[in-house]
Amino acid sequence: MGAPPLSTRDAFDDAVARLGASHPELLVLDAEPSSSPRPSKFARQFPERCFRMGIAEANMLGVAAGLSLSGKVPFVCASACFVAGRFDQVRMSVCYSATNARIVGDHAGVGVGEDGYARMGLEDVALMRALPTMAVLQPADDLETAGAVEFLCTHRGPAYLRTTRQRLERVNAEGYRFAFGKGVTLADGKDLTIVASGGTTAGAVRAAELLAKDGISARVINIHTIKPIDVELLARAARETGRILTVEDHQITGGLGGAVCEALADREPVRVRRHGVPDVFGESGPPAALYRHYRLDATGIASVAHELLDRGR
Amino acid sequence: MLDNATLDTLRRRAFDLRIDSLSAIAAAESGHPGGTLSAIDLLQTLYFAEMNHRPKEPHWPERDRFVLSKGHAVPALYAVLAHAGYFSVDLLPSLRRLGSPLQGHPANFLLPGIEASTGSPGQGLSIAIGMALAAKLDGSPVRVYTLIGDGESAEGQLWEAARSAPRLALDNLCVVLDHNERSQEALGEAPLADRWRAFDFQVLAIDGHDHLQIAGALTAARATKGQPTVVVAETVKGRGVSFMENAAGWHDLAPSREQLAQAVAELRAAQAQLAPSAKPGAP
Repeated sequence: MGAPPLSTRDAFDDAVARLGASHPELLVLDAEPSSSPRPSKFARQFPERCFRMGIAEANMLGVAAGLSLSGKVPFVCASACFVAGRFDQVRMSVCYSATNARIVGDHAGVGVGEDGYARMGLEDVALMRALPTMAVLQPADDLETAGAVEFLCTHRGPAYLRTTRQRLERVNAEGYRFAFGKGVTLADGKDLTIVASGGTTAGAVRAAELLAKDGISARVINIHTIKPIDVELLARAARETGRILTVEDHQITGGLGGAVCEALADREPVRVRRHGVPDVFGESGPPAALYRHYRLDATGIASVAHELLDRGR
Repeated sequence: MLDNATLDTLRRRAFDLRIDSLSAIAAAESGHPGGTLSAIDLLQTLYFAEMNHRPKEPHWPERDRFVLSKGHAVPALYAVLAHAGYFSVDLLPSLRRLGSPLQGHPANFLLPGIEASTGSPGQGLSIAIGMALAAKLDGSPVRVYTLIGDGESAEGQLWEAARSAPRLALDNLCVVLDHNERSQEALGEAPLADRWRAFDFQVLAIDGHDHLQIAGALTAARATKGQPTVVVAETVKGRGVSFMENAAGWHDLAPSREQLAQAVAELRAAQAQLAPSAKPGAP
């Protein structure tokens, strides 16, 4: 793992700053006030292609739609919870108008920490996933973010990219190649499969290491593309390991867990435990403490895996 | 300035467009005749006397853009696009039918000529701003127009957009307000024109059924530098049909076969009385 951990929102900034020169149609729109500029590297390199739209997300989403309809590839940066709050604009102006707008929903989940529920994107995946044509991406580290952003420079159709405020340990190796719609098997195993995404992925890998010490062989799959989801990989994991544990920093309703259950219900129904924020409001606290509280850290994930396996006996 | 021949054609076509859009609404047995009829003179002046566009090449990159923010008035736009040659007028009666590209509210990916999908109130101006900004970034002469409604002028997003367009100095953007209800002023609120002025738009107030005034305002908007324009067009809901004009109930009610026949008879009679070489005034 080696490299210093980065938040995926900073990794996004690095990626657009790197890709800006080779993709002249790439623009960035930002809702933040100028006192806390993000993404800052892109803004420094391409000031004429970075637009501070003010705290007016509904308008910003519509402007991005119009830019896209005129051939630009705008990345709209806003807090995930506020994107969810502007669902109508995403639905009509971004999706139904057949745009290539990219929405970067930052501040994913309880990993936001002290700001509390008001600033936590906890229902955004459920909402974005419900929209026809919308791709939903959630990278697990900086390498995956870079790959996802590069992919989005040329992908046709609207997309939602969910990023974290907190730094994430790398789960992928140098030279990682992003493949849209394909899950990534991070560890092989036969007793159960842990399916993780974004901020919970590194914890899932460590949970598998903890479970190994107890003699449990856990497969770990990282789903960076929640829609369209990798049905084949999930169905094979269900068939080969018999039990699935989904782990996400999002409500357990409608997010990764929902997507996995829908995919498997059609193809390979097995016992699934959906683990995440259990249909409650998030609360303030240090991110690490919140991950412990909601059992989204390695120890917590391993304990939920034990429950899933014990119930099956 | 419009020449007399163009003005005569606009005035004559205004009746045909009203008949065609009302007939489509009647065939669909649903739709919004009031706001459709109020918008027709504005729309056809844009498409036949102002905008730079190629109906046979709907994706021509240098075309001027039009976004129908008040999406419920789309029967008027369908009629204008058909008469301009984007598609056959024979398609108009398929309005709102299953499988028709003429959706109840505009869908851009189904019908060439429709630039954006609209129908959720208050969203069109933001899209138009994005298009105008893209033209500025490209150094392109493209102009962008959007028609907004009186009712949606209460939406918050519209005023977020109103704040952003002057800050981006989008003088290639022209908003046309189909001011057919004056619903907010009726509640004692400040005139909409004053509010647009306060947001640093150039405001031009006109009679929205007078093709000369409409064309004049659009020309003035094009000549204005450094600032977007809003044309506040005073219009009448149901314009041109005696029993629909300013009558409650015609916002979203389709005419019956008998009512359509009466409306068509009225419009044809008025059209027949048009004198050539027009004086200002419309149906």
